Amino acid sequence: MIDHLWLIPAVPFAASLVILSLPNRRRTSAATLAVAGQIGALAMSVFAFLSTLQAPGLRTVQNFTWFTFGDNALRLGWLLDPLAAAMLMMITLVGFCIFVFSKGYMAGDKNFVRFFAYLSFFSGAMLGLVISNSLLLLFICWELVGLASYLLIGFWIERPSAAAAAKKAFITTRIGDMGFFLGLLWLYGRSGTLLFYDGGNGCLESAGLAMLGATVTSIALLIFCGAMGKSGQFPLHVWLPDAMEGPTPVSALIHAATMVAAGVFLVARVYPIFSLGAINGVTSSLIVVVWIGVTTALMAAVIAIAQADIKRILAYSTVSQLGLMMVSLGVGGVAAGIMHLLAHGFFKSLLFLGSGSVIHGCHGEQDIRKMGGLRRLMPITFSTYAIGMMALSGVPLFFSGGWTKEEILHVTAHWPVSRLPYFLLLIGVVLTALYMTRQIIYVFFGDRHAGSQHAHESSRVMTLPLIVLAISAISFSVVLTPAWPWLHDYLTDESAHFAFPRLIQPTLFLSLVLVGMGFALGIWIYRKAGVQDRGRAAETDPLEFAQPKLFRFLENKMWIDELYARTVIAFSWMSARFSDWMDRNFWDRLVRGFGGIGQQFGILTASVDERGINAGVDETSVGTRGLGRLMSAAHSGQIQTYLGVIAIGLLALLLFYAWLA
Amino acid sequence: MTPTLQVVLVVSTALFSAGLLAALSRRHAIFILIGIEMMLAAANLNFIAFWRFSPQPQPPTGVMIVIFSIAIAAAEAAVGLALVIAVYRHYRTTSVDHFDQLKG
Repeated sequence: MIDHLWLIPAVPFAASLVILSLPNRRRTSAATLAVAGQIGALAMSVFAFLSTLQAPGLRTVQNFTWFTFGDNALRLGWLLDPLAAAMLMMITLVGFCIFVFSKGYMAGDKNFVRFFAYLSFFSGAMLGLVISNSLLLLFICWELVGLASYLLIGFWIERPSAAAAAKKAFITTRIGDMGFFLGLLWLYGRSGTLLFYDGGNGCLESAGLAMLGATVTSIALLIFCGAMGKSGQFPLHVWLPDAMEGPTPVSALIHAATMVAAGVFLVARVYPIFSLGAINGVTSSLIVVVWIGVTTALMAAVIAIAQADIKRILAYSTVSQLGLMMVSLGVGGVAAGIMHLLAHGFFKSLLFLGSGSVIHGCHGEQDIRKMGGLRRLMPITFSTYAIGMMALSGVPLFFSGGWTKEEILHVTAHWPVSRLPYFLLLIGVVLTALYMTRQIIYVFFGDRHAGSQHAHESSRVMTLPLIVLAISAISFSVVLTPAWPWLHDYLTDESAHFAFPRLIQPTLFLSLVLVGMGFALGIWIYRKAGVQDRGRAAETDPLEFAQPKLFRFLENKMWIDELYARTVIAFSWMSARFSDWMDRNFWDRLVRGFGGIGQQFGILTASVDERGINAGVDETSVGTRGLGRLMSAAHSGQIQTYLGVIAIGLLALLLFYAWLA
Repeated sequence: MTPTLQVVLVVSTALFSAGLLAALSRRHAIFILIGIEMMLAAANLNFIAFWRFSPQPQPPTGVMIVIFSIAIAAAEAAVGLALVIAVYRHYRTTSVDHFDQLKG
């Protein structure tokens, strides 16, 4: 399988190239090709996944030389291990559902063909990312998915806000990628290889790790910068909510299920670098990961409560969940973090597609305060959305998100450094249930508002992916339960065995209580939210009614964008202005001064040329001409004169020899 | 009076001088040609004389060279006369004073 592993990303890539060359009117062929490419990748991923099942703990690599410079060969490679295989399955399955959904969602768009080309391109890059066996190859794919994200956020180029969001996403992630790239170079400088696994010589294997020495913390933190940018971790999270300017399937695929999870995947992939020299599972780099994750998880959950845009709420929820995964990785629960990543991929793409279906049904309305009463009008969307919402909130027993969240809480509770992250995450769980309840009440319950007056259920091509993803979000929990922790053991190379008593854990009751609290709180606060005629404007949020200042603070995302505008962006503007001023007034003058010196020198040489050299040459030629005139006088043309001169010369010669003798 | 080398050389010198004088002073092209022929004859006479008064004069050598020389002189005279005729047709004169087109 490993020999043909490269085909998995290559097929969507090829599909993307073919679609790109299609004319704009070949809409059906474009969609068919893209879906076919995705099916191909899905089928091959299944084969790859099955091959990892045959040998537990299997890790196969295939390395090849990209190019050679001097004695050094730059080598890249493919890697198939449980982590990669699980990611492949999730990406291709979710991707397939979203491709199908897009066919319905984007049906009216004039750039339909271009959309599928970009989507396929993204899929190829993302699949390449998870099977890379080289940090460099991973970085290349990492930038390619960043490019795809840029192109798709700004897909509706005619909207200035979309263009601005695309630019913001690209530049913000680039700040993180800068750190990633520096870390990559440093790692290469120390270990001399960027291959992860290379028969004992890779940079994640003992020989490579031994060469890192004391720099390992700095390298790990630099790489983590890239993960922070891509996975929307505080303080680089600002781009992700704005990225919702893109079409909803894009938000589902790139900004919920796959690309933003790449940061978490990256940390999991290079985990040996983070955990090198760990005492009791704790290193300084992992402590940073935990605190960044906790901050992000809690902050995003709080902000989500006060957002009005249906997609923005989900975006902040994504940021929050990614923070949760980072915490899990930081406290040592790599398997738990990846499990949550996979489960999150299913239920969050379900929620996004559901929100897409809602937006589609409400003719482009995105403000939840203008919706309401959609429960009866869009039954399939409502029921699947509710499943996604419960999975995200972490309702125990039946929903995948519940199991993985409990697993994360379980590992966080035993973190030796501090108990604070655990308690903060508990608050986060309550908040998650709260903001999801708020959203559901606003959108699906209560009276119909202006935006939802003429809503309709979406077509089959859009509801079917919702159903598939909803089933996945529930059935996925089969392999997650503590009773049969198959996925956990698959990821950690252990063999799973069934033990029913483990099903009931203390955290189960804890999360039941927490989620119940969140739901109850949400229902209590927002019970009248969607109902009109209550003596106040229906658009006023109950929280806004009670705490206007706090609500304003949260609604404006804690003023972080404004803070950046005042500090980082203002500073960059100022330095740009200063550089401009320097350029005009200092460097320009300097250059002009040097130019003036050159000019004066030129005038000097010109006069020397005119008066000295030119005159000399003129005189010489006049002299030559006079001499020539003189000489030509001797050439009379009279043959007898010549003969006479010859005779006299001969005679003179004779006399000279006679005198000599 | 037996002819000795000195006598012959004096005669050839006189012949050469007469030829040179003719070539330098006459204005008619044909006379100049005649002067040149006379100088050639003087040279041939010297050949014969040095052969004749050498220590062991072998019969054919000196005579052969002179006969060759005379043959070449005849060819040269033919070319010279042809030139004179060509030049005459062009200039309508045989006076060399008018042939000054090669002057510098």
